[in-house]
Amino acid sequence: MPSFILQVANRILVGLILVFSVYLLFRGHNAPGGGFSAALVAGTGFSLFAIAEGPQPVRRALRVDPLVLVACGLLLAIAAGLLAVAAGQPYLTGLWWPAGPDNGAPALGTPLVFDVGVFLVVLGTILTLVLELEES
Amino acid sequence: MIVGRMTALLPLVLFAGMCLQVPAVVGGGVACLSWEWAPGMGVNADFIVDGLSVFFGLIISGIGVFVILFAADYLRGTLHYARFFVFLHLFLLAMLGLVFADNLITLFVFWELTTVLSYLLIGFDNENETARRHARQALLVTGAGGLALLIGFLLIGGLAGTYRLSALAELARVIQGHVLYLPILVLVFIGAFTKSAQFPFHFWLPNAMSAPTPISAFLHSATMVKAGIYLLARFHPVLGGTPIWMGTLVIVGGVTALLGSVLALGQSDLKRMLAYTTIMALGILTMFLGGKTTPALTAAVTFMLVHSLYKSALFLVVGIIDHETGTREVTRIGGLIRAMPVTAFGAATAAMSMAGFPLFLGFVGKEIMYEGALAEELFPAFATSAAVLSNALMTAVAGIVLIRPFLGGQRPTPKSPHEAPVCMWLGPVVIGSLCLIFGIIPDWVGRWLVEPAVSAINPIAEHSGLTLFHGVNNPLLLSILTLVLGACFYLIRRPLRRSVAALAAGMPVTANGVYELGMAATARTAEMLTGFIQNGSLHRYLVTILAVFTLTAAGVWALNAEGFFEPPLFPVLPFWQWLLVALMASAVGVVVAARSRILAVCALGVVGSGAALVFLAYGAPDLALTQLLVETLTLIIVAIVLLRLPPLAQAAGAPLSARWFDALVAVGAGTLVAALTMATTSGVLDRQLTEFFEHNSYLAAHGRNIVNVILVDFRGLDTLGEIVVVATAGLAGFALIAGRRR
Repeated sequence: MPSFILQVANRILVGLILVFSVYLLFRGHNAPGGGFSAALVAGTGFSLFAIAEGPQPVRRALRVDPLVLVACGLLLAIAAGLLAVAAGQPYLTGLWWPAGPDNGAPALGTPLVFDVGVFLVVLGTILTLVLELEES
Repeated sequence: MIVGRMTALLPLVLFAGMCLQVPAVVGGGVACLSWEWAPGMGVNADFIVDGLSVFFGLIISGIGVFVILFAADYLRGTLHYARFFVFLHLFLLAMLGLVFADNLITLFVFWELTTVLSYLLIGFDNENETARRHARQALLVTGAGGLALLIGFLLIGGLAGTYRLSALAELARVIQGHVLYLPILVLVFIGAFTKSAQFPFHFWLPNAMSAPTPISAFLHSATMVKAGIYLLARFHPVLGGTPIWMGTLVIVGGVTALLGSVLALGQSDLKRMLAYTTIMALGILTMFLGGKTTPALTAAVTFMLVHSLYKSALFLVVGIIDHETGTREVTRIGGLIRAMPVTAFGAATAAMSMAGFPLFLGFVGKEIMYEGALAEELFPAFATSAAVLSNALMTAVAGIVLIRPFLGGQRPTPKSPHEAPVCMWLGPVVIGSLCLIFGIIPDWVGRWLVEPAVSAINPIAEHSGLTLFHGVNNPLLLSILTLVLGACFYLIRRPLRRSVAALAAGMPVTANGVYELGMAATARTAEMLTGFIQNGSLHRYLVTILAVFTLTAAGVWALNAEGFFEPPLFPVLPFWQWLLVALMASAVGVVVAARSRILAVCALGVVGSGAALVFLAYGAPDLALTQLLVETLTLIIVAIVLLRLPPLAQAAGAPLSARWFDALVAVGAGTLVAALTMATTSGVLDRQLTEFFEHNSYLAAHGRNIVNVILVDFRGLDTLGEIVVVATAGLAGFALIAGRRR
């Protein structure tokens, strides 16, 4: 039975939780966080959403099947490693942009892409299980 | 359909490319290509272009063109039409990879690929239970042989110090003189015999006729089953020439040839009949690869070409008959020459070549075969009589395949016959014509195709001397005898079929029966073991795992520890940490005493969160964060599941003694882990790794969070493996939950 309080709280909380999850994902390289924790946070957020509104609205909000997220995440993680191979380095070597010594500017790198892959795999797996359990 | 036909361009281009290599290899040229794969292990993607590989490559790609054209029409409107072409092309490429590979491991990889793809192709009609069973049989038999082959390859590699095939021939003397030569030989033979359906592994081949006809035409004429023959030919310079090599191959090959040709006469289904004649052909090839004289090897290579051509054409003809009349039963068709004259032409040329009539390639092949058999070093009498007898039976089968369906009066068939579309008859007609043209110009075939392959097997081979007419000599007399015997067998085909069928049905032990018994026994054992080990009670799994862990770990520790470890001093902790310990301990008490699941789970959550706080207190914020999040998610998931479970009181009806035992195991495991932790932390930790990570995390990997940098950079490959595990677990969980719902 849907609870009115939970539904109202859900509206505010889920958005905040998801924003926090993205924050954790991107700061992970320099401070506590990272793809795995971020996915757990996002998974908690979506689970809250599913408990408050039922699994169908979550599926609609996601637009894609959670298993697709898993597959995309795996592909992304593998592709991130292949970039190094394309550049003539061993598989999964981190490539950074801009290259060269660190000058304090925020650097973008393949480890971040890899971490996003981890995020998607873990989130997709959690959602697959939670939504399937909710529906059974 | 157009797209299906267009894909025939791929083998066509490959065929043309290999034709360009022919002049080079005729001159004895050998080209090697190499790409590094795992050079540290001596495993590279090495390829060799010599007479033997080009010979096989031409046959595979050339016949592939016609098979694909044929399949494009034959399978029109079939479910998974596109999938079929993907499998077929992958198989073709794997087969080419196999014959061009110059590295044992590379060869093995392609070998396994052909096994797996043949499984997919034989079981293509995957809603048919029989097709699935036969595909599995082919997979298990050839797969088991593949494993034996791998062990053999590893032994050879270890002994020779290289996996490079072209380098092995020089080491032949070393390998043949080694004590491991016999095991190697047995393992390689098992691989070749299973793949090439030699007795007693022949039974999977006729069963594989559950495949669509173009597949049978391809797999059982030119490719899959010839892989074993190729292997024997390729290893001839390395392992061949010894008495045991010659004896085994001549005997096994001869028995297989006789068995295949006799059983062929017992069939009434045209396709199964051809399948048994394939076994015969494979036996003959094996028998001649046992020899080391030029005539024997020339006979093997020539017959390889002869058989690939006529057999693929005849399989395609049978496919056309099946497609146009709706039946393959030889007793139900006749007079088809009026409805399909073009197909009849293809069938006639191929069957005449199979029977070995003069002017056809089959005649040339038979002449050289008898020359080779008479020149065998071991058992020439056996080899010659096996060759004559099975060739005579082959002549009879050729007569049945040609005369019964096409001549005589027309009979009512499920569909009224018409000429097949052009893409379907093109194969039989072109390949059949080749049987005739090659038969007229045998010296050309000998110089351009056969001799380069023979000299790749045996570098000191003399001129092969393939000619149309040798003069009156023993082979010619044997050829005449074969045709006369064949005609006699044809005349008594009906009583022969009945008696062979009765004999086959009355056999007390058959290879197929042994296989089925083995499978049934495996299934029974697996069921028993699974029922015993995986009884479905999570409680029992946990108790078993914890008890075994505690006992073994404690035992190993007790045996290896040098004295007892120094117990740590009573720790000095701030007050709030003592509070935390007390909180966690009492939460554990609540878990044990709880009468409702939700209370137990919440209390367990308190323990977990307490652990997170401990992590935080000792400077591991990442660990604390993850621990806390996992606790939260576990709680949510368990809460969802709990709604669907019976109350705890019902489930926990175990007697008191059992609960005491559980408590003992739990306390034992907990104590051991605590003791182990204390023991490890009381020693001096090796800080080498820590220092490396601290030093390089920011400078080399641009990250200040060492934990995360290790996860995504230093140990990225581990993480990749872990997320694959996560994804697999997710899929498995999905299958479990979704499967239960339906």
